[in-house]
Amino acid sequence: MTTRIEARFARCRAEGRAALVTFVTAGDPDYDSSLAIIRALPAAGADIIEFGVPFTDPMADGVPVQLAGQRALKAGQTLRKTLAMVRAFREGDADTPVILMGYYNPIYVYGVEAFLKDATEAGVDGLIVVDLPPEEDEELCLPALRAGLNFIRLATPTTDDRRLPKVLQNTSGFVYYVSVTGVTGAAIADYGRVSDAVARIKRHTELPVVVGFGVKTGEHAASIAKGADGVVVGSALVEAVRTSLDGDGRATQSTVSAVTTLVGELAAGIRSVAKAHAA
Amino acid sequence: MSATAKATSNLNSYRTGPDETGHFGMFGGRFVAETLMPLILELDAAYEAAKADPGFAAEMASYLKHYVGRPSPLYFAERMTEHVRARAASGMGAKIYFKRDELNHTGAHKVNNVLGQILLAMRMGKKRIIAETGAGQHGVATATLCARFGLQCVVYMGAVDVERQKPNVFRMKMLGAEVVPVQSGSKTLKDAMNEALRDWVTNVENTFYCIGTVAGPHPYPAMVRDFQCVIGRETREQMMEAEGRLPDSLIAAIGGGSNAIGLFHPFLDDKDVEIYGVEAAGHGLSSGLHAASLTGGRPGVLHGNRTYLLMDDDGQIKDAHSISAGLDYPGIGPEHAWLHDTGRVTYISATDDEALAAFQLCSKLEGIIPALEPSHALAKVLELAGQKPRDHLMVMNLCGRGDKDIFTVAEHLGGM
Repeated sequence: MTTRIEARFARCRAEGRAALVTFVTAGDPDYDSSLAIIRALPAAGADIIEFGVPFTDPMADGVPVQLAGQRALKAGQTLRKTLAMVRAFREGDADTPVILMGYYNPIYVYGVEAFLKDATEAGVDGLIVVDLPPEEDEELCLPALRAGLNFIRLATPTTDDRRLPKVLQNTSGFVYYVSVTGVTGAAIADYGRVSDAVARIKRHTELPVVVGFGVKTGEHAASIAKGADGVVVGSALVEAVRTSLDGDGRATQSTVSAVTTLVGELAAGIRSVAKAHAA
Repeated sequence: MSATAKATSNLNSYRTGPDETGHFGMFGGRFVAETLMPLILELDAAYEAAKADPGFAAEMASYLKHYVGRPSPLYFAERMTEHVRARAASGMGAKIYFKRDELNHTGAHKVNNVLGQILLAMRMGKKRIIAETGAGQHGVATATLCARFGLQCVVYMGAVDVERQKPNVFRMKMLGAEVVPVQSGSKTLKDAMNEALRDWVTNVENTFYCIGTVAGPHPYPAMVRDFQCVIGRETREQMMEAEGRLPDSLIAAIGGGSNAIGLFHPFLDDKDVEIYGVEAAGHGLSSGLHAASLTGGRPGVLHGNRTYLLMDDDGQIKDAHSISAGLDYPGIGPEHAWLHDTGRVTYISATDDEALAAFQLCSKLEGIIPALEPSHALAKVLELAGQKPRDHLMVMNLCGRGDKDIFTVAEHLGGM
């Protein structure tokens, strides 16, 4: 069976371009606005939606994603509500892949089995769980694969050739290359090194390789798109949410459009780079 | 949970953990981002190599003796014992001993662990040391050893703790460390740890993360424990010398649990030795404002390990509350979680008010101003010792001195 994620990458390849993966935090700045944002993302040019599951202690995130999580938690977001949002999104969109990204504790407390059942039923396609390295695959990765979900792993500049096979072993859907050693939102120093790293990973896997951390503009996206199968943008989008809010932190008329406008620019940047059709 | 407890309580030894993947029963593990994973594995290998090297042990022993000032005395707290006996039933009132780890250089047990980690960092060629701190004792110990060995030192400390532990902030700065006040989350110890992890993930190449307690990803809980076990080993020898036998009970305060495990671990297989860990009950367990993760929490995953945590039904971590900044953490070391489930150690709790009363009593009766952390243990010593016969030997780990706390205490007592 072809998964939504495979189908989406196949379509992007057929169009001769990289995929745009957009991260927003679920429930930021509130349930209804957040749902409106993800519903608007595909038309704005997003190929894949990464939906951040808020957590009180996001150890691997920079300030923008930390603040987005705090806004969502303050507005009452829970993992249960995030799954409800995915269900609501699926009612109007059967094709755009949705990936939940976050930390293990909320899932662990929800109960792994119950979570996998509810997530699958809601229409979730994959999971990225930052604090579950391959050493802890028994926890969630293997049960998720058995449940038919993709488990997408992060590879980083510290993942050397010796370790890479271990990281890739149970990875499915795509590989997320973290372009810098650092937290989300940190700037990319050298785009040339990113292409080299993607090429290195591709020597070990057939899976698409997407690149994230530090992509803020259409120009950045275009630079990354030259060497990768996809580009992830997150911190810049949640910053767009933040700057659209009123003095009391509430959504305004421009909250959704602040995100979709930036997504449009990023999508245009990616489409400006023609890629050879994959064999 | 009960299945785990039953399975492990038949063990021949409580001292063999963790397994090679860093688990104590279901607790522990390595729940970290991929960026850190290669470093964790490198650290594990470096620590195993150091353990096998007699030169490392010799170097540790030499600095512990000449720089830290070990062994710390095992002191018969005569007036505290008299105080308890005067209020106990006839023939009751244990003989109370203090393990004087507050007499170490820098004023707490923290230095035992920091020395080990700094020597290891130097073997690994790391020149930049980062640490998190709550009460500031671990930060001061780290700053001290970085000064001693000429290493760069950055200490993350919650902004709330910076405010309530000013003397230690000043000490760290005098020692040449950079103290970074952490403004995120609840601005206390857990947030300092988040920020230290963010620093580490950013500066992986040159940085060693010196964790202050028996928590974090494997191998930290086991490594920090090993460095702290000098407390329990000395206690065994000193008690044999003083009384010709082992103690009947041990008691220590628990935040993350490093001073406690250091005292407990060498005695875990002495089944006749009763062991008590004392968590911080803050305003009382029923108030919801406490730091007692074993008594008031449940298993979850945070900061690299599975352990008991204070959290809500959605798995969001709750803020801990304690008058003592060093106990103000919503988790506990994974080995304690396992010792709790197996029943080998009994975990109880003391409130802010009980700790304050014990703080004052110890100052007046023994001429020792204890830190607020061991004051929690002392509060329970006063309770438990009265229920034990006079020939019962009870050892409390007096793991820190209270100079840093005098302003906090003065504020709570309405000025002095």
